[in-house]
Amino acid sequence: MLKLAKCAALNKSPQHLMKGALMTKNNQLIERLAPWIAVVALVVIWEVTVRVFDVPSFIFPSALETAQALVTYSGPIAMHSWQTFWTTLIGFGLGVAVGLVLGFIIGSSRFLYNACYPLLVGFNAIPKVAFVPILVVWFGIGSVPAILTAFLICFFPIVVNVATGLATLEPEMEDVLRVLGARRIDVLLKVGLPRSLPYFFASLKVAITLAFVGTVVSETVASNQGIGYLMMSAGSQMRMGLVFAGLLVISAMAMVMYELFAQLEKRMTGWAHRGQNR
Amino acid sequence: MSAAFVTFDDVSLAYDAAGNAIEDINLSIHEGEFVAFVGPSGCGKSTFMKLCTGLHAPTTGAVRVDGEPVTGPLKISGMAFQNANLLPWRTTLDNVLLPLEIVKPYRHQFRKRREEFVGWARKLLKTVGLEGYEEQYPWQLSGGMQQRASICRALIHQPRLLMLDEPFGALDAFTREELWCVLRDLWEAQRFTVVLVTHDLREAAFLADTVYIMSRRPGRVIERREIELPRPRALETTYRKPFIDLVQELRAQIGEVRST
Repeated sequence: MLKLAKCAALNKSPQHLMKGALMTKNNQLIERLAPWIAVVALVVIWEVTVRVFDVPSFIFPSALETAQALVTYSGPIAMHSWQTFWTTLIGFGLGVAVGLVLGFIIGSSRFLYNACYPLLVGFNAIPKVAFVPILVVWFGIGSVPAILTAFLICFFPIVVNVATGLATLEPEMEDVLRVLGARRIDVLLKVGLPRSLPYFFASLKVAITLAFVGTVVSETVASNQGIGYLMMSAGSQMRMGLVFAGLLVISAMAMVMYELFAQLEKRMTGWAHRGQNR
Repeated sequence: MSAAFVTFDDVSLAYDAAGNAIEDINLSIHEGEFVAFVGPSGCGKSTFMKLCTGLHAPTTGAVRVDGEPVTGPLKISGMAFQNANLLPWRTTLDNVLLPLEIVKPYRHQFRKRREEFVGWARKLLKTVGLEGYEEQYPWQLSGGMQQRASICRALIHQPRLLMLDEPFGALDAFTREELWCVLRDLWEAQRFTVVLVTHDLREAAFLADTVYIMSRRPGRVIERREIELPRPRALETTYRKPFIDLVQELRAQIGEVRST
């Protein structure tokens, strides 16, 4: 991967240097195509490596075999991806709701901020996989542990970001409002909350990808549905093409969601970014 | 002149055990008076502002505003600081309207009287030369323009007391002088009471009726000086001899404070 990025950079930079302002349109096109070029290059390298070294397909399937598996098993893959997708979204939704409320409460009071922050950090340090067996004992195998693992893993960045956004309010801004007789809640709603929105939306991007991690991890050990389960059972049967197809699907879902929230962030908090562009 | 509007009786304030930030302040400010506080940095000028507006209670002594002891934040005051502190997600107009969404009795009338309030804000923005920038966001304005908007925000709810904490400190010299005149004209027109904290002696002498010079920490008022230059004052006065002499005298006093 790293090599690839370097390659792409090398290919691009001389053009930047040589043609300058005249060719900006061309450069823009290249910039837009760059990610696709990188993907194609990665696939080509993958295919070539597997063929040249003649790696057996039960160890490392070629890109072609993975694609074939993707087509052949498109039915089951779609079913399991849907399972993973909605469990992730529910877990993520819970994470957003709880993260926002908890972040708001912690960020709005200095005392709570100081009191809860170490606890949260401690909690976050626990690998969330460790919760899965507990969740299985409590709720049995299936969707519930997956949803809860996704929730547990993704609410932390939201809490921290919202709380930080609120807690780092400029004291002078607070004075301006307090002098007018503003109550604490006025300050939080008029200034604190809008101010923490960029932090919040930035955390959504991180949280959604983490939520996918949580769901898949839980599915591999405690479910008979979902992409995680599919990969686990395909792996145990040495059907590596299918395993890799699963990987691709997860990655695609996470990327789409990430991009969705990146766009949402741009739209909702443009004021926070436009300021830096000028 | 009317009766004392703001009075300080033997006021001291200590933030912690390290000692007083300001000490034994006795003074009175008339309604409609323009006072300036100058002094070396760290002399408790900002502390003075907090006491005046009720953001902090004095450790000893009493602060009275309009005859009443100050017990909490005063709603009749507006504030502006060295940083304009405008909210980046609000347009200039909405930034100026912010106090009306908070201060009583306007906050309960805000929806009903919005049109009227917007009219006030536009008029005020026009007087400071920001006509046509109402719908711009703060980052689209220059530093001087942001500060103008910030002063508008401090004045929109028609406060009787305007507190300015080095409002022009971060501006370039030309913009600063321009804004002195903006403030002078606003004050001449409305005659609210102004407390201006500044490091700039020319600024203090040009704008104020009375200049207080403060000592180093713990801050005390060591000199009260009435500026008797006739009003309205033109910016050109600041380059003439009587004004320059005055500033030099003030400078000498500050120099003494710094060396002691």
